[in-house]
Amino acid sequence: MAGKDTVKVKIEKVVKKYQGRSGEVVALNGVDLDIRENEFVCVVGPSGCGKSTLLNIIAGLQDATEGRVLVDGKEVEAPGRERGVVFQQYALFPWMTVRKNVEFGLKLQGMKGDELRATADKYIKMVDLEQFANAYPKELSGGMKQRVAIARAYAVNPQVLLMDEPFGALDAQTRTQLQTELIKTWEQEQKTCFFITHDVEEAIILAQRVVIMSARPGRIKEIVEINIPHPRTQETKMTKEFLDLKNYIWAQVYKEYLAIRK
Amino acid sequence: MAGNKKKKTSITLPHYMWLSLSIVLAIILWIAVSKSEGGSVMFADPWKVFQALIKKAGNGTLWPHIQISLFRVISGFSIAFAVSIPVAFLMAWYKPFRYLVEPWIQFIRNIPPLAYIPLIVLGSGVGEKSKVIVIFIAAFLTLVITIYQGVLNVDQTLIKAAKVLGANDRDIFFKIIIPASTPYILIGTRLGLSASLTTLIAAELTGASKGLGIMTQQASAMFERDVLLLGIILIGVLGITFEKIVKTLERKLTGWQEKIQ
Ligand SMILES: Nc1ncnc2c1ncn2[C@@H]1O[C@H](COP(=O)(O)OP(=O)(O)O)[C@@H](O)[C@H]1O
Ligand SMILES: [Mg+2]
Repeated sequence: MAGKDTVKVKIEKVVKKYQGRSGEVVALNGVDLDIRENEFVCVVGPSGCGKSTLLNIIAGLQDATEGRVLVDGKEVEAPGRERGVVFQQYALFPWMTVRKNVEFGLKLQGMKGDELRATADKYIKMVDLEQFANAYPKELSGGMKQRVAIARAYAVNPQVLLMDEPFGALDAQTRTQLQTELIKTWEQEQKTCFFITHDVEEAIILAQRVVIMSARPGRIKEIVEINIPHPRTQETKMTKEFLDLKNYIWAQVYKEYLAIRK
Repeated sequence: MAGNKKKKTSITLPHYMWLSLSIVLAIILWIAVSKSEGGSVMFADPWKVFQALIKKAGNGTLWPHIQISLFRVISGFSIAFAVSIPVAFLMAWYKPFRYLVEPWIQFIRNIPPLAYIPLIVLGSGVGEKSKVIVIFIAAFLTLVITIYQGVLNVDQTLIKAAKVLGANDRDIFFKIIIPASTPYILIGTRLGLSASLTTLIAAELTGASKGLGIMTQQASAMFERDVLLLGIILIGVLGITFEKIVKTLERKLTGWQEKIQ
């Protein structure tokens, strides 16, 4: 059985170059990172430093120019169910109800009938949307849409969950609420999580390790261990330990912002 | 929106009331024109047109015209619909195909069908075949351009979302691309049917023994102002019926869309 320190996702010397109109853009310049089984890793860094690119490469939605990503020792070549993704723009299928959205991945696995219904129910309940099971995405608020997206990703039971600024488009209150829910969910049903955010507080409250990326060309600048014990709540954000970490990480990220502006 | 901004319309009536009012006003205007000195040359009065309708419907001389016109539009349009969908998808996905084909679609689309009808007649005669071909061309060009734009506009994140949930290319085509482009397919259908109708009349005018277009032309030649107007109104009714059918389909199939007012 895989132990606590087993490496789940291994990112090896990943380089990504884009051919842009104004020549070559180096989005990632040699990224190495090991993510342990059931670890929650948050990635912060100035926009344009290659965070989404890295996530897409892990997801198998884009190819690395050089280097590779291994999940359970197997090289990633295409998207796969064991790696779920939650996008910032929710990406719900607008012509499907909440239930149909959650069932989508399950049906592709051939699940049917009572089992399908029960599994969908379980995850719709997990995100507290039982009353909206038959609503269409257009009838939901941003926060509710993102909950559906999380339920849809969880439903197929991926081992690795990749999230690209999932709360970035939400108002502050909804965002803290969803953070709390996500912490609770992760405490109950542990998964390996790779979570991109530009919100340093969000990174610290969720993560066991925060990866700080440097401005373009993107690489890992520093990794900060967050040893705040679980269960974590919004009150955790008031502790000295938390505030010290926040100041430190924020200062590091800010240096990178400045590096871009000059 | 400013909260204290004055409402534009102060009279609030249900929609069907407005429609009835509009029809009544139009009929009054129609009567007035048909009684005026200049207008009476062109316009038969509503009562005469109604009598013509009863007479022609009663003696069985109206239905064959409508039937053959409907047949031409529906067959030309249906073939166009069936062909345009694969062509539109090929154009959206396969760049060399797009680059080779699109300029010609744009070019031909800008030629009024009346200009190339003689060419089709030369090849296929004045029978049904040439009429269906002309309608096919007009509907196809409109459909293909609209659907192709729709396929290009499919949100790429939806495709990514489906892929990471385990969808293969086939799933993506049937479960994502087709539903996501349904709104465009329906817009294409609406525009395509309207183009079909326009072309139908043009095609019938170049030679046919039956059809609503030829009925109006014969009526004009014989100074039957009532039949002429009846024919024109029936063509309009046909057009609006097509539109209503497609609108109903749109409500049923694309009610999930976020509306920007
Ligand atoms: N498809 C693409 N073609 C060209 N350049 C791209 C493409 N996608 C991203 N880039 C560039 O790569 C860099 C990293 O982008 P991204 O991964 O989206 O950064 P982040 O998510 O950190 O904001 C940016 O400079 C961006 O402009
Ligand atoms: Mg990004």
